[in-house]
Amino acid sequence: MTVLAVDVEKDLGAVRLAVRFQAAGGATALFGPSGAGKTSAVNMIAGLLKPDRGAITLDDTVLFDAAKKIDVPPHLRRIGYVFQEGRLFPHMSVRQNLDYGRRMSGQPRDTKEFDRIVALLDIGHLLERRPRMLSGGERQRVAVGRALLMQPRLLLLDEPLASLDVAHKREILPYLVRLRDEAGIPIVYVSHTAAELRRIATTVVRLDAGRVVGAGGLELLDGVDVDGLA
Amino acid sequence: MLKLSPDEWIAVELSLRVALVATAWALPFGLAIGWLLARTNFWGKSVLDGLVHLPLVLPPVVTGYLLLISFGRRGPVGAFLYDHFGIVFSFRWTGAALSCGVMGFPLMIRPIRLALEAIDRRLEDAAGTLGANHVLVFLTVTLPLALPGVIAGVVLCFARALGEFGATITFVSNIPGETQTISAAIYTLTQVPGGDAAAMRLVLLSVVLSFAALFASEWLGRRAIVRFHGE
Repeated sequence: MTVLAVDVEKDLGAVRLAVRFQAAGGATALFGPSGAGKTSAVNMIAGLLKPDRGAITLDDTVLFDAAKKIDVPPHLRRIGYVFQEGRLFPHMSVRQNLDYGRRMSGQPRDTKEFDRIVALLDIGHLLERRPRMLSGGERQRVAVGRALLMQPRLLLLDEPLASLDVAHKREILPYLVRLRDEAGIPIVYVSHTAAELRRIATTVVRLDAGRVVGAGGLELLDGVDVDGLA
Repeated sequence: MLKLSPDEWIAVELSLRVALVATAWALPFGLAIGWLLARTNFWGKSVLDGLVHLPLVLPPVVTGYLLLISFGRRGPVGAFLYDHFGIVFSFRWTGAALSCGVMGFPLMIRPIRLALEAIDRRLEDAAGTLGANHVLVFLTVTLPLALPGVIAGVVLCFARALGEFGATITFVSNIPGETQTISAAIYTLTQVPGGDAAAMRLVLLSVVLSFAALFASEWLGRRAIVRFHGE
């Protein structure tokens, strides 16, 4: 069953992006070298970057359709986005960061869900801290929790481990695997590291120079490994 | 010798009222125009930028005169405001507040604009993906992160308003109890024989008020930084 359907074009100056792929449940990897257009593609799904042409649908909702002039603004898309650099709000505590999505969308407090996510990511002892007092791995776990707690229909993870050293990558990977298996939210996972994706991905979309050059299973990751992580 | 006379108290109270009202009115405009200058590009932006900063470079007496011919009872803006809202500026303390606000405005705009320009826009994008609309993004992310700059702008505007002289006296004259602020009172006292002691009292008071404003800004700014960026 297709959950997410992307068919977009965008002139990015250096590269012309023409990306077309579908994603079902589980974790779909957007895999490719730097500059392939992976981040631009997820920014378009999130609504942070406007395609020149094409359409994006999530479940039954049209998020973007250039022909029909539909462009749902980011705050109404309910798509959780974990950025490469976390982007936690520096002026809020971890707890306030986690609560932000719920507060902004006016949902009632759900203590059980909050506790469940906090336990899943093991961040209970960090709740009263400020983001700058966290390690890189802790910061990314909080960023994942913040995106999950807005109850997203889709979760975008853009190189969530790229800014971490190998030890922290090893620390956070098991949480992401648990997330994929337990949260029940479809995931689009951007990375240029095959070893990382082998642990996470269930399907793979390979990008190169703004185009999809392959879509299928984990075998697409073979022969292109760059750094030894597994 | 250091005890203020009732008339002098009136001047002090009036000065504080004028400066507070001027700053309070300037703030929403300062945020709006600071945001426009920091975040948007539009035709005529450099004209707006220049217009806002004009009171900083014009002789204050010129600013005051321009206010008089536009906001006076017979001026185009002044006549309109009087006819439709019954608002009078000329020779009233409200006029003093207007001229002080205009004179303080460029000093308020600059730190607000710089603070808004320094904010990491990607945090605002993140807030958007978390369900915050533009207004909520501004209130919960942009404004708190810009707060040290906003406080600096408020204090600078207040200090400028407290000391304003040239534009105010040109626009609304020097009427005791209505438009005679501390500065105007000092000026008057230095023009009459035997006014030296009273002038000196008000001078000392000015120094104290200015210092207090500076310390308050320093303290508030530091508190805001600790509160919003962690110790």
